[in-house]
Amino acid sequence: MLSIDALRFSYPEFRLEVPSLSVEEGERAAIVGPSGSGKTTLLNLVAGLFLPEAGRIRIGETEISSLSDRARRTFRARRIGFVFQTFALLDYLTARENILYPFRVGSGLSLDQAARDRAQALADRCGIGGKLDRRPGALSQGEQQRVAICRALVTRPGLILADEATGNLDPATKTLILDLLFDRAAEEGATVLAVTHDHDLLARFDRVIDFAQFRAGRGAGA
Amino acid sequence: MNALFLATAYLRYHLWRSVILVIVAAVILSVPFISQTLLRGSEEALTSRAEATPLVLGSRGSRLDLVMSALYFSEEATAPLTMAASEAVWDSDLGLPIPLYTAFSASGARIVGTTLDYIEFRGLELAEGRPFAVLGETVLGASVAGRLGLGPGDTLVSSPENLFDLDGVYPLEMQVAGVFAPTGTPDDEAVFTDIKTTWVIAGIGHGHADVINAAEVEAGNVTASAALIEYTRITPETLDSFHFHGDPDGFPVSAVLVAPWDDRSGTILRGRYLSQENPVQAVVPSEVIDDLVDRIFRIAALLDAVAIAVGAAAAAAIGLALFLSWRLRAPEMATAFRLGAGRYVILRLALAELGLILGLAAALAAVCVYVVWSSRESVVAWLLAL
Repeated sequence: MLSIDALRFSYPEFRLEVPSLSVEEGERAAIVGPSGSGKTTLLNLVAGLFLPEAGRIRIGETEISSLSDRARRTFRARRIGFVFQTFALLDYLTARENILYPFRVGSGLSLDQAARDRAQALADRCGIGGKLDRRPGALSQGEQQRVAICRALVTRPGLILADEATGNLDPATKTLILDLLFDRAAEEGATVLAVTHDHDLLARFDRVIDFAQFRAGRGAGA
Repeated sequence: MNALFLATAYLRYHLWRSVILVIVAAVILSVPFISQTLLRGSEEALTSRAEATPLVLGSRGSRLDLVMSALYFSEEATAPLTMAASEAVWDSDLGLPIPLYTAFSASGARIVGTTLDYIEFRGLELAEGRPFAVLGETVLGASVAGRLGLGPGDTLVSSPENLFDLDGVYPLEMQVAGVFAPTGTPDDEAVFTDIKTTWVIAGIGHGHADVINAAEVEAGNVTASAALIEYTRITPETLDSFHFHGDPDGFPVSAVLVAPWDDRSGTILRGRYLSQENPVQAVVPSEVIDDLVDRIFRIAALLDAVAIAVGAAAAAAIGLALFLSWRLRAPEMATAFRLGAGRYVILRLALAELGLILGLAAALAAVCVYVVWSSRESVVAWLLAL
């Protein structure tokens, strides 16, 4: 599903080198490592938000780093779902409209009745089907993250990138949300690549990728 | 469409901020149009009324105050003339004199004491009732009647001139005999009565009747109270007892409108008042108003420049508010970008928000301009009467 070869990326006082990394389709992989080691940078590279200096990143059959800017945006909108630590919901939209937000801004996506039905179905499966007309401010943190998970899945992406997705949640909710993300991703056949600091949750992943094996971080490889 | 939806949702969520932005933008857009509308309306009202009034006699002094007082019933008080000035014109057979006595007011409207010639001179038409016929009767301008909700058969009391009136001159209760049709001129804002009635208000004429007080009318007995309002009432029974002391030629008038029979008569009349020794002056209103309009437009040009500067500053403030708002929304833009939005999507969002604000502001400004434009005659008449 995801394969990375001879990846090299740097900016002032930071360097990341990933000789080889692959994640299988449907796999749930966790990335662990110290703060500032480049875990989020790697997610951004995989999403095509950053371009590597060298190396290849392939998602399925597509080498994302070789796509044009426009094609990368379209690919990201259609094939990649994001779940953020801060949920990144828009306070002025209802939960329903937050879930549908990718269709309103994503390149190559259009909002139709099928998308609306899918949003409702996802919300029902995530246990927030009755709260879709509320704004984020009227939802608990766990409910907000459920909305974010629905938003990440609504476009049927093949790959979910989760950046500290449970970092803002209490211990009981963390497990629930992570299980929810895994279950829904499994239903959709999506691969999950998640950055986490929470070692209590690692057992729930199929695989843990330790950033210590890469040359990464401030001054790495210098 | 998506950009419009998101912009609408954002503006609705931040309702008060949006309302303030829309109002400020509407003010910026509408003020130049409103000021131009009122300026042009004022110019038209001033010049048309001035051109319809060939000559005004008044005490020597400010020509502008005399014209504003005699034509627009403004509060500028000029020293009164005597009725002799009007009689002199009549005796000269050079024109029709129409005396005006505008020293008093009733419920915020100027009382214009005059003769029936004024009605014909101004081409006033009655919407209801009949002209004033006997002492104490009045005909209301359309705006006054509408504002006070009065019509024929109702009464109107002149405003007290002095709370401690030791002369015993009391306000006069006037019977409303009729209401003039709207004209879009200061006549709409005035209360017309026979000049003799205003002399009664001035205390020059009086009847041998008891003074009425409001409590007496309502309760049927007299109660001593600081709140009592005392006034004079003229009834059919007391009408004959009203009389004037002194020589009528010495009774006060504020001004005399003169309609010369022809140009030659007008020229002769003007010549008679050229001497600075004569306490009476003759003024051609159109000359005074032309000067005034010239000055107004010179000042207006300056005000326009100031308005442009203020508008630019306000527009810059709106721009800054929007810019800061978008800076605060940087995380939202970052999320949109991660979800596959292009730069043009973000630009479209910003333009949609700006377009909605400007569109709503333009609609509000259009409504304001329309309201002012459709009621410009009343607004201008009111402004001129200030």
